Amino acid sequence: MDKNIRREIILDHYQNPVNRGLVNDNSYIYQNTRSESCIDNIDMQLKYEDGIIKDIVFDGEACAICTSATSILIKTLIGKSLNQAKTIIENYKNMINEKEYDEKLLEELIVYDEVYMQPNRKMCALLPSNAIDKILQIIDQKSKD
Amino acid sequence: MNRGDFPILNQDNMIYLDNSATTLKPKCVIDKMLDYYEKYTSNIHRGEYDNAIKSNKEYDEVRNLVREFINAKSSEEIIYTSGATEALNMVVFGFFKNILSTGDEVLTTKSEHASNILPWLVLKEQKNIQVNYIPLDDNYELTLENILKSITPKTKVISIAHISNVIGDIRDIEEIGKICKEKNIYFVVDAAQSVSHIPIDVEKSNVSFLAFSAHKMLGPTGVGILYGKKELLDNMKPLKYGGGMNQSFESDGEYILKETPTKFEAGTPPIAEVIGLGEAIKYVMTLGVDKIHEHEYKLKKYLVDELEKIPNVVVYNKNSKSGIVAFNIRGVFSQDTAIYFNHYNIAIRAGNHCAKMLKDNLNINNTCRISIYLYNTKEEIDKVIEILKNSQDIFKVVI
Ligand SMILES: Cc1ncc(COP(=O)(O)O)c(C=O)c1O
Repeated sequence: MDKNIRREIILDHYQNPVNRGLVNDNSYIYQNTRSESCIDNIDMQLKYEDGIIKDIVFDGEACAICTSATSILIKTLIGKSLNQAKTIIENYKNMINEKEYDEKLLEELIVYDEVYMQPNRKMCALLPSNAIDKILQIIDQKSKD
Repeated sequence: MNRGDFPILNQDNMIYLDNSATTLKPKCVIDKMLDYYEKYTSNIHRGEYDNAIKSNKEYDEVRNLVREFINAKSSEEIIYTSGATEALNMVVFGFFKNILSTGDEVLTTKSEHASNILPWLVLKEQKNIQVNYIPLDDNYELTLENILKSITPKTKVISIAHISNVIGDIRDIEEIGKICKEKNIYFVVDAAQSVSHIPIDVEKSNVSFLAFSAHKMLGPTGVGILYGKKELLDNMKPLKYGGGMNQSFESDGEYILKETPTKFEAGTPPIAEVIGLGEAIKYVMTLGVDKIHEHEYKLKKYLVDELEKIPNVVVYNKNSKSGIVAFNIRGVFSQDTAIYFNHYNIAIRAGNHCAKMLKDNLNINNTCRISIYLYNTKEEIDKVIEILKNSQDIFKVVI
């Protein structure tokens, strides 16, 4: 991907992220995520209904990579089934960690395909996916109960 | 000043402006420690052979150097610790835990480092004491007036940094010491950011306990100092027990500990590091602490004056008299700013700098911090000003 286009997409999501602002609605599942090594700190809420991710919102303070990744992840995952979401997150993590991944699944998340070149920023990109991961586990657990 | 003495500055063109986190080391300190490892490695206190005698001598002499450096009455008032953090924990849990009781009040501020607040908060849980915060003024600084207003009949301890590590305000410990003496309050000073930046005189300032780390004053990591008035140290309990600090112990459970300061130094200490600290003190004393302060404050003032001309830069501590500048580029997360600086090979810090309560006053969670020391130059500061002037393209660099 062209470097300028990539930067424009990231910057746009950083400056105008989707769904910023938490909601007061306990049908959402809440998860905070922060990094041990830096100062990114994100709260997320996800609403899952009838097998579909209906909504995700977030708030917090984080760097350009972390904030934009949160926004793009939210945009990508809304409307997906639990299994689709899991697959996307797995492929996203693989991309950041320089493993095999299927770029067709990642939609706009593909803008982070070179984050691995700045190892200290991998954590920034992974932070929101870790939060979603935990929420998906909670959903899994609930469906088993 | 003296850039040639710092090997790390000779090898590349890095600009190091994170001196509040840790300082660079002059060659004399590195060589002194190498010498111990290459020529006379041995444990202290336990050998009759030449190298052990030399280690012992080098190690012990540092105590007296520290004494002279901070004007303690006797070298028995100087305890080697692993750093300021351990020293402050020893004071809280080895001394105050045994003498404070329900309702007693400890006064501190919201601009303290974690190591001078968290131990108190834990003690508060254990002993049901109060921990209260002296209000900061509009510049986030601590004033004598606010100290006087905050003291109550319950106040037993004032525990503050000599120089705070984000705002960099210099607290007038001489005057605060007088107040404490008059009102019979213990005075604990966290000197992590002030030692080797401004002069310290524990006698004149009536300090009960004072803590600092060697690595923030040109010395090695892993060693620090706790100063305490002799009569207080005699009443303080060690937090660590083991070799070197006991007189005797028997199978019936009887044991006798050694005297102050030895009773606080269980186990093999960081010998090379203590010896390195001694060399750092000699180096600083030769240069003159006053001169160091004059240099760093001159550069700080120059930087702040120039930053005020840049509309999209906010400075949070323009008045403080140390070498610390806390700032942000408007609309840019501090971590992104630090990454931007790194692109130009400039080391600065972003975050809350372990002073997590300061956000209550600043109304922001995170800042960038530039901290200046003796080897920084006007040319380096000019480079900082230049890249901040041109920061409209920051995201071209950061993303
Ligand atoms: C004001 C202050 N106090 C205490 C400390 C703790 O020092 P150390 O981590 O060396 O124990 C620091 C370190 O940043 C500090 O700035």
